[in-house]
Amino acid sequence: MLDTFLQNLLNAMQWGSFYSLIALGYTLVYGVLRLINFAHGDIVMVGAYIAFFISSALLGKYGMPQVMPGWAVLALTIPLTMVLTSLVGVTIERIAYRPLRRKGAHRLYVVITALMAGLVLENGNLLLLGASRKKFPEMIDKVVYKFGAIYVTNLKVGVILTSILSFIVLHFIITRTKVGMAMRAISYDKFAIPLMGIPVDVVIVFTFVLGSAMAGLAGILFALSYPILDPYMGMSIGWKAFIAAVVGGIGDIRGAFVGGFILGIIEISVVAVFPSSYRDLIAFSILLVILTLKPTGLFGVPHTTKI
Amino acid sequence: MKRLCVPILLFLLLSLLMGLAYFEVIDLYIQTIILFMGINIITSTSLNLVNGNMGEFSCGHAGFIAVGAYVSSVLSVALFTKSKIFGAPLLPPELAAYGFPFVLICGGIASALTGLLIAIPSFRTRDDYLAIITIAANYIIITAIINIDKIGGARGFMGMKRVIFAMEECAEIPWMVLWVFVFTVLTVIIIRRYMTSTYGKGVEAIRQDEVAAEIMSVNTNRIKLVTFMISSGLAGIAGGLYAHAVGYVNPKSFDILKSTEALVMVYLGGMGSITGSILSAVIFTLLLELLRPLQIIKWVAIPLLLIIIMQFRPEGIMGHRELSDIFPKLKKFYKFK
Amino acid sequence: MSLLEIKDLTQLFSGLCAVSELNLSLDERELVGLIGPNGAGKTTVFNIVSGYYQPSQGDIRFQGQSLAGLKPHKVSALGISRTFQNIRLWKEMSVLDNILVAQHYNLGYGLGGLFFRTPRYLKREKDIRHHAMELLEIFKIDKYAEEKPSNLPYGMQRKVEIVRALSADPKLLLLDEPAAGLQATDVSELIELIRWVFEQFDLTIWMIEHQMKVVMSLCSRISVIDFGRLIATGTPEEIQQNHEVIKAYLGDDQI
Repeated sequence: MLDTFLQNLLNAMQWGSFYSLIALGYTLVYGVLRLINFAHGDIVMVGAYIAFFISSALLGKYGMPQVMPGWAVLALTIPLTMVLTSLVGVTIERIAYRPLRRKGAHRLYVVITALMAGLVLENGNLLLLGASRKKFPEMIDKVVYKFGAIYVTNLKVGVILTSILSFIVLHFIITRTKVGMAMRAISYDKFAIPLMGIPVDVVIVFTFVLGSAMAGLAGILFALSYPILDPYMGMSIGWKAFIAAVVGGIGDIRGAFVGGFILGIIEISVVAVFPSSYRDLIAFSILLVILTLKPTGLFGVPHTTKI
Repeated sequence: MKRLCVPILLFLLLSLLMGLAYFEVIDLYIQTIILFMGINIITSTSLNLVNGNMGEFSCGHAGFIAVGAYVSSVLSVALFTKSKIFGAPLLPPELAAYGFPFVLICGGIASALTGLLIAIPSFRTRDDYLAIITIAANYIIITAIINIDKIGGARGFMGMKRVIFAMEECAEIPWMVLWVFVFTVLTVIIIRRYMTSTYGKGVEAIRQDEVAAEIMSVNTNRIKLVTFMISSGLAGIAGGLYAHAVGYVNPKSFDILKSTEALVMVYLGGMGSITGSILSAVIFTLLLELLRPLQIIKWVAIPLLLIIIMQFRPEGIMGHRELSDIFPKLKKFYKFK
Repeated sequence: MSLLEIKDLTQLFSGLCAVSELNLSLDERELVGLIGPNGAGKTTVFNIVSGYYQPSQGDIRFQGQSLAGLKPHKVSALGISRTFQNIRLWKEMSVLDNILVAQHYNLGYGLGGLFFRTPRYLKREKDIRHHAMELLEIFKIDKYAEEKPSNLPYGMQRKVEIVRALSADPKLLLLDEPAAGLQATDVSELIELIRWVFEQFDLTIWMIEHQMKVVMSLCSRISVIDFGRLIATGTPEEIQQNHEVIKAYLGDDQI
């Protein structure tokens, strides 16, 4: 009994890690711009594909000689993917969101543009690479550790540790560095900040870099755990991560991190008890109940209007 | 004369459409496109009420469409046709033609009640939290339908074509063209009447300054509730029409993507503009059909096109205006309330 | 019987005491001022009276009825209307629509009437519109009826806001710093306007104001609060002489 519980908890932590990493990206952008970046889930997908191409190339799939062992490939793929994915995120910001912001468009028009950008990424991928699914290469051998009746793979441990580590790094950046302070400042008052001589656009670009890098990381980890890639893989996991971010209290990275794990735990426990087709039904109902009881999310502070 | 102008125009348009369809000048394909236009007009104008006029951000409109589609389909199949699931018709099939609007309205009421359930938690939350609640509701409704095996689960539900046949037993006319037209016009009238009344202007007041609205005696919670229910109820009617126009429904066709389509139509038309929503629904439907030969390229081209349109008109086609605001002379010719 | 009676009113904001044990009462047909240094809790008092905050302690009675637990729209339906420190008109609606919406407390028709355009609905809409136009005419701003408030000069917006508050037929009108941001000439006009409103309408006016010229020339009675406490109340002359008040405004060592 305890064994199944621990085993499930471990699985839940793994799923929670994906959700957390993606939710962190959502919440970063939202915290600074009040923009629901609906393209974020698809940036995760792009990240997974970028990782696929880089690792395949390094493993000698495209006629290049393989010069390094698998772990070195992985070690090189992760940073490269994060950099390239953040380039994608920043590009979308530059060509689609920023002009709208400059024109003073209603906030929700930017959200719709984000939705459209997500669709372009999904279907563009389908158009370029075709409908066949891609098999993500295995870079490191799977190692199974056995504790009593519980099986732990090195991958699981890696995923969970990576997400915790990235949260700590992000938290450090947000609370301890100058650019993090600027990010928080913009979310408080976007009119006063440019007057204080803070380069708002640079800070926003930095936010997108951070958020998309997290998405890229999530993409690799997801692809390592579930090595079948398809263009729509980011969509549903993205929407769910957004919901997790809100349940945690959107705009607060602690909220996103915790919310992601909560969603993971709820989903796995639902599946443990009910048929899996009930997963979304029950998981979302629970989230709605949480939101009804705590409307600003777990870490959100109620926003009062001053009159 | 001014008062009669619009009804006469509408009547002529309806007769023209019915005549063209009856004498098979326009084939079934074009008829379907016209049906979709009407259904999309209902979808976009009803969502516009919440997202445009009230300034909330509801992202799960397809959930309500699904409820309306399923409730009215199940009702009409059970009432008017012989089916494997429900057995013999509960009412004589000859009544189908008269019973159909009531079935549709039942679907609308079911959707409105679903809307009520979702509107209640939205009181305590502001703007983007409603987005989440509605997205989650959309997921919940879809998975709930998938898990009800009796109505087909993930396979979908069919048999509505037989309802149409039953109606055609009565009179051999293009019934769906008639019903879609009638309900589209009704929807626009309902929304127009609502928004031009002092009561409905409270909705605008909520969007512009909710605190001031509440303090100046507007019962904001009730108005939010009523507006949300009207919006979701009309979406339910759109769903019922869609189900009967296509002949079968499938939970997949009401997922988040469908909600996205509705959102696109609202924001493309311009928040809060009824004529904008109508215009964008027509344009959007045409665009989908015209680009059909491009196949998968279509799904890249349309979002790209929309991104580009947004860059040039960041407030939608009409902005927050109606056609009569742009061409004030039009007011001389019609009075439509 | 007094129109408004505030008893032991206390408002805490997460430990911070914004209003503490305030006792105050207003009679019918009075023009009363509420003054105090910045952050003294004046607007908080107004917010509690209009139902926007629920007080931590104490009770407010309006015409003998307790306001406890009433939502703002109910309070305004009872006859308490107000304006705001920084004008809160609905900026994208016409001036006329602004006035119309403020009569929501008394629409007198239901949704059925609305959708079917029953004679009752049409009559009520006509009456509401008529009432609004009448008010606009009285205040000589009917020519701006179709204009959006954001296109009007600031002083005119203040006036529209007062008209909007009056359109709900209040027994008690709360004016929150009506002279804030006005030029000197506009201020004298505003004083005349308020005096005229007080004479024309059967109501009590309670106003917060920083400009002493306005308060001293209009109010028959003034209450002063500092750090959420009532420190003095009396006629303008008495307040001007009051040591507590001078201390609150200028500090201890000035005396």
